[in-house]
Parts: sequence; structure tokens; C-alpha cells
Amino acid sequence: MEYYTPESFNKASEIATNAQGITRFLAGGTDVLVQLRTDMISPDILIDIKNIPGAKEIECLADGSWRIGAAVTGAEMSEHSELKAQWPGLVEAMDLIGSTQIQGRATLVGNLCNGSPAADSVPAMMAANASVLVVGPNGTRELSVQDMPVSPGKTSLSKGEVISAVLIPARGNNGGDAYLRFIPRTEMDIAVVGCGVNLRTDGEIITEARLCLGAVTPTIQVVSEVTKLLVGNKLDQTILDAVAKAASAASKPITDKRGTIEYRIEVAGVLAKRATKIAYDRARGLK
Amino acid sequence: MNKIHVSTTVNGDDTEFLCDPRETLLDCLRDKLNLTGAKEGCGTGDCGACSVTLDDRLVCSCLVLGAEAEGKKIQTVEGIANGDQLHPLQKKFIEYAALQCGICTPGILVATKSLLEKNPNPTETEVRYWLAGNLCRCTGYDKIIRAIMDTAADMREAH
Ligand SMILES: Cc1cc2nc3c(=O)[nH]c(=O)nc-3n(C[C@H](O)[C@H](O)[C@H](O)COP(=O)(O)OP(=O)(O)OC[C@H]3O[C@@H](n4cnc5c(N)ncnc54)[C@H](O)[C@@H]3O)c2cc1C
Ligand code: FES
Ligand code: FES
Repeated sequence: MEYYTPESFNKASEIATNAQGITRFLAGGTDVLVQLRTDMISPDILIDIKNIPGAKEIECLADGSWRIGAAVTGAEMSEHSELKAQWPGLVEAMDLIGSTQIQGRATLVGNLCNGSPAADSVPAMMAANASVLVVGPNGTRELSVQDMPVSPGKTSLSKGEVISAVLIPARGNNGGDAYLRFIPRTEMDIAVVGCGVNLRTDGEIITEARLCLGAVTPTIQVVSEVTKLLVGNKLDQTILDAVAKAASAASKPITDKRGTIEYRIEVAGVLAKRATKIAYDRARGLK
Repeated sequence: MNKIHVSTTVNGDDTEFLCDPRETLLDCLRDKLNLTGAKEGCGTGDCGACSVTLDDRLVCSCLVLGAEAEGKKIQTVEGIANGDQLHPLQKKFIEYAALQCGICTPGILVATKSLLEKNPNPTETEVRYWLAGNLCRCTGYDKIIRAIMDTAADMREAH
């Protein structure tokens, strides 16, 4: 294995473009090193992006949107009080990943690019309508997080493309987000279901809404049915029950040791309801 | 295979070693620097026996490459005592018998020291969540938690 520490994303992309054999980028390494150590994936080329200037920066831009460098860790996000105040759901989703030790290393970008259907930060990023900046052999492009997952373990990035940062839209007024995950333990387990919600209100009326489910579909997706149910309405019990039903209907899970199909479908509805309620209260400044 | 030359600081001492790019920091500490305090329990980030700090950030050294230590500051359990003078946490772990086989102990000491530096007055719940990635197969955790709560109280008084 060859190990590189390029000093720019362009250089990282160039190395990856010319690489022969299995190539991986190294952000926090909490997926890459586990895969390497257990002989699941043994890279020929490993490109460490952590020394690239800006890769570890969290920046609030002039328009209120956020730029989170590709090597920013979960711990660094949790310690950023302003980011946490504006996007509590996103920060909480990231914070659920692994232990304190894992938090010191794991990144949003690694979580997204590893491509797990149960990745915790991805439903929250997608609900927030986040995008990523992709540096490739043909220049830089912005790609919506929604368009990243292709199938379990696979993303829409092509050879030579590397993500330099995650872009989170400006929070704006009367917005709120939430992420909830269900696991059989209290810490250190993989989601049975994850649910991210982001919405905006005008008075009691919801004007924008996005709900995303994790661990119940082969790729994490926005449940567009929920957007239709919520927008233009107040959040009352009838709507909440309809949201739960829509989330359950959108779930196409598998049975494994953490839960059966029936159980996951039920839990998806419950989490959808609860996360929607939290996001709604946050949007209205009640939490 | 090309070896990588790494210059780093371990427990305050400038150190150098040569490693294979696939070797982890844990392997380098144990096999090249003879610092065998950090243990390998799982090798996959689950147990915390290999906990060290890297630029003051608590990490699993089994999930860090040796090559990534270049230019960094590493602290291991060997750096916790001051010469022959044990750290208050170490004394309390002995007093409370907060260990049996001792495999988890170095990792728990490093992790707890890092917590108390950030938060000198943690609740029991905060301690338990902070240590969720440090597994102990022997003690049932109770004595560990009591030793930590008592150390934290003593250290606050001493200040
Ligand atoms: C003990 C343990 C517990 C865990 N618990 C959870 C959990 O609760 N929830 C959860 O979702 N995950 C969990 N994980 C998985 C993992 O920690 C997360 O997926 C993490 O966010 C990965 O981030 P990373 O920076 O470590 O990625 P890395 O391992 O560095 O990289 C992961 C993938 O992303 C690619 N990549 C990295 N950076 C870039 C880039 N800039 N551009 C393009 N591709 C890139 C790599 O090539 C690789 O394929 C756990 C892992 C461990 C070891
Ligand atoms: S050996 Fe590193 S976490 Fe278990
Ligand atoms: S004392 Fe044996 S694992 Fe903790």
C-alpha cells in the first residue's frame, strides 16, 4: 500500500485519477482502517486528506450557510456552539456515531462516502438539503447529498473525485431540524431505524419539510410523501399519524439480528412522528 | 515495501520510527517504541483498550496509522504518572480495586484523564457515556465509576 498526504484537493484528485488498483481516501479512517484490518478491503493507494489546508475548518459564510471541511470530526462539530444552535439535528446525528474515541476521528464525508444504508449523519444531511463540493479531474462541482447514494456501499462519485467540504444551507428564520435513531443498546450500535427531519414554519403552518429515513431502504432517501402531508398544515395528531403511516409505507427494510421487517416498519413510523414533533418545536423556538 | 519515516512526540519526548504504511499507531507504539501499555482488545475500534490521545484528542490507536503520527503529539498511559509518583486516578484505581485482569485499565485511565481535563465535574451519567467505548469484561464497571467519581472530587478539592 502506498500512503500519500497531498497538500491540496486538486493534488488528491490527481493522485486518485492516476491510481492503479484499489484507492481510498483517508479522513478519520474509522471505516477504512476497520476494513483494512479485517481484510475486507485492502487499498493499494491511500490518500490522507487531513493535512490539506481548510479541510479541518468549520466556517459560516456571508449568506449564513455553512462550509464544513471534509476532515472535520464529530467532536469538533459538537464543540461548535453556533453550528449546534442552528443545526442541532445534524450535530446530534453525527454525535451518535460510535464512542468518544470514534468521535475524535469520524467525519460527515466518511460517513456519506462509506455508503452504509444505516449511516447516521446522512438522513440529517439530506433532510437539511446539504450538498458536497466535489473536486475532480474536470474541475469542481457541487453535488446534492440526495444524489450521492447509489446502492449499499456505492456512491455517485467517479474515479478521481474527492469531496473537499459539506455545504449546509443557511438556517434562516423559523427553521428546525432533528434526528432520532433507535438501537437496542444505549450506545455503540448500528441503527435499526434512523430518521432526520428538517422543516420551516410560518406561525403554526409548516412551509417547508423534508424527512429522511435511514436503515430501512437500500439507499437513504427523502420521503416525499411526508413533505406533501406537512406543507401548508399545522402539526396536529391527525397529521402526525399520517406522517407515521407514510414513513412506514416508505420503509422497505430487511430482517437481521437487530430487528425484523415488521419491527423496523413500525419503528420508522414512531421515529418519524417524534422527530417531526421535535423539529416543529425547534422551528417555532419552543425547544 | 517502502518504509515510512515518522517523527513524532510521545509523552513529551521527541521520537522517530520507521513503519510500513499499513501498520497502526498501536502496533508502532507496542512493537517499535516498546510502549506496551496500550492494549489490543479488538483492533476494530470497539473496545477502547488501545486508547491514546493524539494532539490532545482521545482516539483508538488501532484506528490510526503509524504514518499519521507524523508531527503529532501522542500521550499514552506510560505518560500519566510523574516518575514514581502515580496520578491520582491510578492511586484510586488501586484503592478501589477497579481492575481485575487489567487489560482495559490503561485505556480507561487515558480516556478518563482526558474527560477530567475537559470536565472536572462530570456526573456519573457523563462518565458512563464518555466511557461507552471502553469495554471491561471483568469488573462490571461499578468500581471503575466509583473510583473515577471519587478522584474527580479529590482533584477538585486540591485545586
Ligand atoms: C466502533 C465504531 C462504531 C461506529 N458507529 C457508527 C454509528 O453509530 N453510526 C454510523 O453511521 N457509523 C458508525 N461507524 C462507522 C464510521 O465511524 C462512520 O461511517 C464515520 O463517519 C466514517 O468517517 P471517517 O472519517 O472515519 O471515514 P473514513 O474511514 O476515513 O472513510 C470512509 C469512506 O469514505 C471515503 N472518503 C473519505 N474521505 C473522502 C473524501 N474527502 N472524498 C471522497 N471520499 C472520501 C473513503 O475512501 C472511504 O471509502 C462506527 C465505526 C466504528 C469503528
Ligand atoms: S483495540 Fe482499539 S478499540 Fe479495541
Ligand atoms: S479488568 Fe479485565 S477487562 Fe477490565
